[in-house]
Amino acid sequence: MLAYSAKRLGLAILVALLVSAVAFALLRLSGDPALAIAGEGARQADIELVRTTYGLDRPLPVQYLDWLWTVARGDLGQSLYFRTGVRGLMADKLPVTFWIGGLSILFALALSIPLGVLAAVFAGSWIDRVALAVAVVGQALPTFFFALVLIMLFSIDLRWLPVSGSDTWAHFVMPTIALGYYVTPPMMRLVRAGMIEVLSSDYIRTARAKGLSGASVVFKHGLRNAVVPVVALAAVQLGYLLGGSIVIETIFALDGLGYLAYQSITHKDFPVTQAVLLLLSLIYVLLTLAADLLNAFLDPRIRVS
Amino acid sequence: MDGTATTPATTPAPTPAEVGLSPPGVLRRVLGHPGLVAGIVLLGFCVAMAVLAPLLAPHDPYAQNLTQRLIPPVWYEKGSWAHPLGTDNLGRDYLSRTLYGARISLLIGLSVMLISGLIGTALGLVAGYFGGRVDLAVNFIITARLAMPVVLVALAVVAMIGGSLLVVIMTLGLLKWDRFAVVMRSATMQVRGLDYVAAAEAAGAGRLRVLAGEILPNVFPHLIVVATVESGSAILLEAALSFLGLGVQPPLPSWGLMIAEAKNFMFFSFWLIAIPGTALAALVLGINMVGDGLRDVFAPEGRA
Repeated sequence: MLAYSAKRLGLAILVALLVSAVAFALLRLSGDPALAIAGEGARQADIELVRTTYGLDRPLPVQYLDWLWTVARGDLGQSLYFRTGVRGLMADKLPVTFWIGGLSILFALALSIPLGVLAAVFAGSWIDRVALAVAVVGQALPTFFFALVLIMLFSIDLRWLPVSGSDTWAHFVMPTIALGYYVTPPMMRLVRAGMIEVLSSDYIRTARAKGLSGASVVFKHGLRNAVVPVVALAAVQLGYLLGGSIVIETIFALDGLGYLAYQSITHKDFPVTQAVLLLLSLIYVLLTLAADLLNAFLDPRIRVS
Repeated sequence: MDGTATTPATTPAPTPAEVGLSPPGVLRRVLGHPGLVAGIVLLGFCVAMAVLAPLLAPHDPYAQNLTQRLIPPVWYEKGSWAHPLGTDNLGRDYLSRTLYGARISLLIGLSVMLISGLIGTALGLVAGYFGGRVDLAVNFIITARLAMPVVLVALAVVAMIGGSLLVVIMTLGLLKWDRFAVVMRSATMQVRGLDYVAAAEAAGAGRLRVLAGEILPNVFPHLIVVATVESGSAILLEAALSFLGLGVQPPLPSWGLMIAEAKNFMFFSFWLIAIPGTALAALVLGINMVGDGLRDVFAPEGRA
């Protein structure tokens, strides 16, 4: 377990470094940061001044290492648009995104586990077909369109929920549904496939042969084993969610990291875009690391191979 | 294969998948799968919309008419057959725009699939076939790529370069190869150890020849399934980018862009977002049903 963990941790660190290099290169190569800092219509002399002041005239690898060192010390620079420190800005927005991400995952689990179990227990029946339809439609429905339909239904027609903002719990209901439904299909399919496999395994047949009732077999013996990979997938999906929440946060004007990323992109505020990209990637790297270690801990076969 | 036909190892027993892939077998299984048939019909309908758009569209999709703004579709009281799906806020015929929108979505789906499929398949094949350090390196690249949120990177790139159909296609194509690489890698690993690969190698076939001639045809079913599902996901991504204003630019009738343009009018004219939204969902639904169906047809044991 120790050797596996060390190897997996090493990979995570390498990936984090590569991602940081890409985040740096992507936003440096695709535009002139000096021009962005100096602003539209700046004189050439001013742009040159900005270039030397910010050290943007040095070779890119030097700039990268310098940037990496600064970031490692917790200094993410200054936002060009919001005129404030990037770190403080992100610290302000992070809780909203974590809330929306966490709630969406809970929503997806609450929907996919019972639905997946039912679909597996009654495989081939109409329940199975309904569950499959929920998954297939969920994969085809554009999240932003679904979000707009929810707004029409719950805010305009029924007047139950506020359209946009992030002040009260009510503001989080529609974003949670829209984003949670988006990640439900893969999880439900995994629960269903896992349950079918577990239910046809020898120890379940033994449990049935011992005379245990159907429900006891399904929940005590089956679900416990089928749910392990789902938890790991949920961790990975949470990483996806944080990225995918850009669209949802922008629609509902939820004041989180995703909305911040969108604003920074439209205002060419590259220090913020860079920092959000780096943070979301690091969160993903950590989540997958945790998921892999959890899987290895629960299933010794993974450690050995 | 002709030079090796004398040794018994070169004529392996046909695997179940090979038997099932004979033309009559496939056709029978396709027709016996209602989901797949429904998917083909739905997708075929969307393709027909795209191909026949110039013939079917009653008006020029770009022609504005400010005296004919926000006319509701024909099933509303104020609707008329002159504009069966109504008009948008600039008086453009909505049916014509929706029909031409199918072209953009399908073009995006196909081109992104081709670019990302080429990159991902090459990486996956090489990693799965050579294994060892090559596999480690490819796996590392895949992991790093997965760590970066596609929407965020794509938005940033399009914002920097400037939105256009070509930029969106290239950006998504260069980003979305991960699933191809993952699936092709594991499929190649499974095929790699089989007898006919070893036989071709023993017969002196070069590595490229083995990859292209022996391995690729045998992992092809997996490739088709991934390609189908990934083109659907590319279409959804383009729509999301265009919806956020950082994808295809006006006046192109991209469905995502149409929803964005109609957003300010949706409280009074909900059909303005409902029509392109439904079209988008129907197209992706059709594609995904075809993908799911093909997976069952190629690997019947996959779904009990």
